Formats: sequence, structure tokens, C-alpha cells
Amino acid sequence: METRRSFLGGLLTLGTSVVGALLAIPLARFSLDPLWRTTSEVLWSDVGAAADFTSVTAPVKMQVAIEQRDGWRKVLSEKPVYIVKAPDGRPRVLSAVCPHLGCSVAWNDAKGQFVCPCHNGAFAADGTLLSGPPPRGMDELDARIEGGRLQVRYQYFRQLVPTREVLA
Amino acid sequence: MRGSLTDWLDRRTGIRGLLRHALDEPIPGGARLAYVFGSGLLFLFLSQVITGVFLALYYVPSADHAHTTVAYIVKEVSSGSFIRSLHVYGSSAMIIVLLLHIGQTILFGSYKGYRELLWLAGCVLFALILGMAFTGYLLPWDQKAYFATAVGTNILAEVPVIGSWLKQFVRGGNDLGTLTISRFFVAHVFLLPAAIFAFVGAHVFLFRKAGAAGPPVPVRPEAVESFYPRQVLMDVGFTAVLIPALGLLAWVVPAELGPEANAADTRFLPRPEWYYVPVFQWLKYWPGGRAVLGIVVIPTLVAALFAALPFIDRSGERRARRRPVTIGGFVLVMAALVALGVQSYVQDARDPAIARQLTVQHDAVEAFMSESFEPEVAAESLKVENAALANPVAAHGKSVFADQACDACHGADARGTDSAPSLIGVARKYPNGQLKSLLETPNAKMSDGGMQPLDAPDPDLDALVAYLESLK
Repeated sequence: METRRSFLGGLLTLGTSVVGALLAIPLARFSLDPLWRTTSEVLWSDVGAAADFTSVTAPVKMQVAIEQRDGWRKVLSEKPVYIVKAPDGRPRVLSAVCPHLGCSVAWNDAKGQFVCPCHNGAFAADGTLLSGPPPRGMDELDARIEGGRLQVRYQYFRQLVPTREVLA
Repeated sequence: MRGSLTDWLDRRTGIRGLLRHALDEPIPGGARLAYVFGSGLLFLFLSQVITGVFLALYYVPSADHAHTTVAYIVKEVSSGSFIRSLHVYGSSAMIIVLLLHIGQTILFGSYKGYRELLWLAGCVLFALILGMAFTGYLLPWDQKAYFATAVGTNILAEVPVIGSWLKQFVRGGNDLGTLTISRFFVAHVFLLPAAIFAFVGAHVFLFRKAGAAGPPVPVRPEAVESFYPRQVLMDVGFTAVLIPALGLLAWVVPAELGPEANAADTRFLPRPEWYYVPVFQWLKYWPGGRAVLGIVVIPTLVAALFAALPFIDRSGERRARRRPVTIGGFVLVMAALVALGVQSYVQDARDPAIARQLTVQHDAVEAFMSESFEPEVAAESLKVENAALANPVAAHGKSVFADQACDACHGADARGTDSAPSLIGVARKYPNGQLKSLLETPNAKMSDGGMQPLDAPDPDLDALVAYLESLK
């Protein structure tokens, strides 16, 4: 009984090593593929024509379409951002996520401030912290102008810490 | 060092004896290339198991993801096309080597001499391998997979009495769908492989019990040679040629994937994989009321006759020339299958309408293969996208949602955050204008959660309600 199983076992071992040796390289590449794939890398999202933001006086709220790759699928979502103008005139993009507890900060035109509706954190028009519980100013997102279009790399940042830390 | 390790193992497992027993298997008349097909099949099966397990790293058995995940394997994953091609061509190779194995057994009369059970175990393996080919064909869920399987499962309805029930059981319903994929997947990766492992075990055990049959003409007893080394070398050598040949084919001509299955495509002409083409052609000759004869009765009789061969052909004679009925019958069936296959291809080529449609289908496959991979849009994205696009009032409502900072707690896409629940499907909970009054005067539970009464112009409120109602 045992001896017969070993005959099959011998064949199996032999077969596995021959076939396995040949297949090892493609199989390793195949199974390790997600390791060297950059699907989780943050993609650049289009905000709008750069020219539209050259003359902004007050922060402008925009919804940017975010595309996140997750293997064979992609998750589309929209995130609010504010476009403000830096002293040198180039557009800066601020995340609307409050660095305190993650609520969505709203621009209050009458006060000329960003106000977080949750705990009344207030930020200046350039995003610096004015008052309230948030530990830091509003987070600036990486922005660039490509072919006349303003693009942004949407990221999340750690809440409740005084420095801007990107969350993976 | 090696000796002591083997001693250590041998004392605990008796591996030396096992190995000696395996390798000393006597082969009457000596090693022959004609005997390599059985172990060739075993190696091919192992290759299918390995590539299959790896393919399952990415494959999802569901009608809405199957095709995307196979496309991802083929177009994106490193070596994905190669691994899948090995698996696809491996199935064809198994059919070819299986036919060679059966042909050798029949030609040599090796099923004789107390080998009925050995033969029957082989017959079961034959059926299981055909079952693997049939169930695996559907899994990529492309056009040809879908329509060929539709034809294949329709055949089951011809079985008397239980036919329509059988078809529904196999399909998991009246039509081909996501439940069919689940069923075929379970059969393809769990049930059939488990049965194959079991019957391979039985087949090898019974083979060792009966002993190698050797050549048809009696040989002198001293002409016996042991399995090791020459037969082992031939067996491994055959595989060492076979697998790289498959690899080369997979490398040079990768297996194709067609566009995703579309049940509404009424013009699609299903064509099965080459080994099922003769059966496909055979079915054409049995329309309407006679179908049961051609589809059920005759194939069942042929299969029964085949399985019963060692019980019918009981003489001790093993030489092919002295067994004209068995050899003739086998050659006749094989020739008929080849003729049917050729006939099918000739008919397709001769009918201009069919040839044109097949060209259209082939072009569609080529076009799909040349497109880059398009990731599937996750379901949760679609809800949001549709809401924004479908209805202009709802689209305005979405901007109200953002302007009123609803997104602060309920999330930008109303999918909820830690501080407030998702609003997807909220309209089902509060129908008939209840939503609007709740927005103006939140209930106690909402107020406790921090929900503020909404102070917005009426058109904005209506738009917001329209947006919330669109979230499904």
C-alpha cells in the first residue's frame, strides 16, 4: 500500500520539480506582480484650465475627480479642494479636509475666512490657522500646470498632528 | 552527509524501500517510448494544477468581474498572458496525449488480463478531463465562452425526463449567468480536480497491482527491464520535450481573449474548442424530435461500449492484427470524429454568410486584444457618477450638498464618514417628502448626532432631496 503511494509520490516529486523549474520564473513574476506595480500611486487629477484661476481674489471651491487604481478596478470619487492664489500669483490648491478631525472646511465670504462647521476652526484665505482646535493650517496639495491645465495630486494627511504628514 | 540524511529519513519513513519498490517496477520486454503517455498526462495535469492555482490569484468567478480579471491577467500582470496560455494550451495537450494513451492501450491490447478496473478508472479520468475542459472554457466569460457553453448546456435538456431540470441545475437557473460561473468554477477548481487526484491514485495503484502489460507478443522472461532507469528517463524526457514545447507555443502565440460576453448579441456564432468541434458538428445532424437519439442515445451507447471493452473483448489475444473488430471499431470512431471536425471547418469556410460572421468575430477578438486594459469602475463610484449625471435637479442638489457642508460629515459622495452615516438609499427609508421635513427639522437621533437644521431656499432643498433620492 505505502510502497505504491510512494511510486505516485515519486512521480509527483519528479514532475513538480521538472515542471516547477521551468515555470518558476514566470510564476514568480506573475505572483510578485503587485509588488512592483504602482497602482496605488496617486494620480494627477484635472482641476480646470489654469487661466481660470489667474485672477481669483477669494478662494474658489472645486470638485476634483479622483481615480484610485485597486488592482483590476478603479474607484472614482470627487473631493472638494480650494484654489487660492500665492503671493507670486501662481495657484495653490488646498485640501478642504480639516486637519483637526477631517470635516469639510467651508469658505465664508462674509468673514473672509475658512470656517470648519464641526468645531469652528478658522483659517485665513491662504489656509493658515487663525483660531480654534485644528493643530495646523489647511493642507496644501501638490499642484502643477500641464498644457494649460491645473492638475492636483489628491492626498490625505494625518489629523491632529502639528505637521503635514501624508497618509499612505 | 547525504548518506546520513538519507539514513535519518529512511529510519523514520522507510523511503529507501519505497523508492526501490517504485523504481524496480518490472517492465516486460523492456522500456519503450510507447509507454510514456500515461506519465506525460500526469505531468501535464500537474502543470495545469500549478498554472491554475496561480491564475486564481487574480481571477474572480462572477459575471461582472470574470472577464475583467482575465483581461487584467492577460494584459497587465507580468507573465500573465504566458501563464494563461500555458493553461489554455495545456488543456489541448492533455486531450492529445490522452488520445495517444488510449490509442496505445487499445493497439497493444493492454486492457486485458484482470485489468477491467484499471481500464474503468481510466474511463472515469477520460470523462473528468473532458469535464475540466468544458467547465474551464466558460470561466473567461468572453463571447465564445458564453455562447459555446450555452450550446453545450442546451444539450443537457435533451436527456429524457430529467433533461430540463438537469440543464437548470448545471446552469444555476434558466439562463447562463453569474450563478453558472460559480457552479463551473466550483466544478473546475474543487470537485473535478479532487476526483482526478483520487482516480489517478486508483489508476496508478491498479496499474502497479496488475503490472505493466508489456508488448502484445509474449516476451522471454529474461527480457524484463526495471522501470528505472531507462523508462524513467523516457517518461521524464517526454515531459521535458512536451512542457517546453507548450511554453514555446504560449510564448510565440499567446492564447486570445475575446470581448466580454454579451447575451444580446444574437448574431454571434458559437464555435467550441477544437476537441469539441466533432461533437458540435454531429449535433447538426439531429434536429427536432430525433435529437434525443443523436444527442443522448448514440453517444451513451458508444461510451458504454468503450467502457465495457475489457468485459467484451475477453480473449487472450493481444496482437492488433488478430483483433480486427476492436481495432477497426476504434479506428472507425476516431476517423468519424476527424471527418466530422473537418466537415465543420469546411462548411464554415464554404458558407459566405458564416465565413463573414466568423471573420467579424475574429476581428473583434483582435481588436479587443490590441486595446489596453481598462480597469473596471468600482460599483461605489458608479452610484455617485450616475447621480451627478442623470438628473439636472439632482446634479444641482449635489452642489447644494457640498455648499451646505453636508459633505463635512456625510462624506463628499454621501457615502458616510466616522461622524455621520452613509446616505446611499436613504430615500427608501424616508419616502414621500419625509426627507425634506427631516432636513428642515431633524429628529432627535439626528440632532444627537450633530445634524443641524438646514436653512436654504426651497428650490435648493428640493434639489438636495432629488440628489438624495438619486443615491441608490
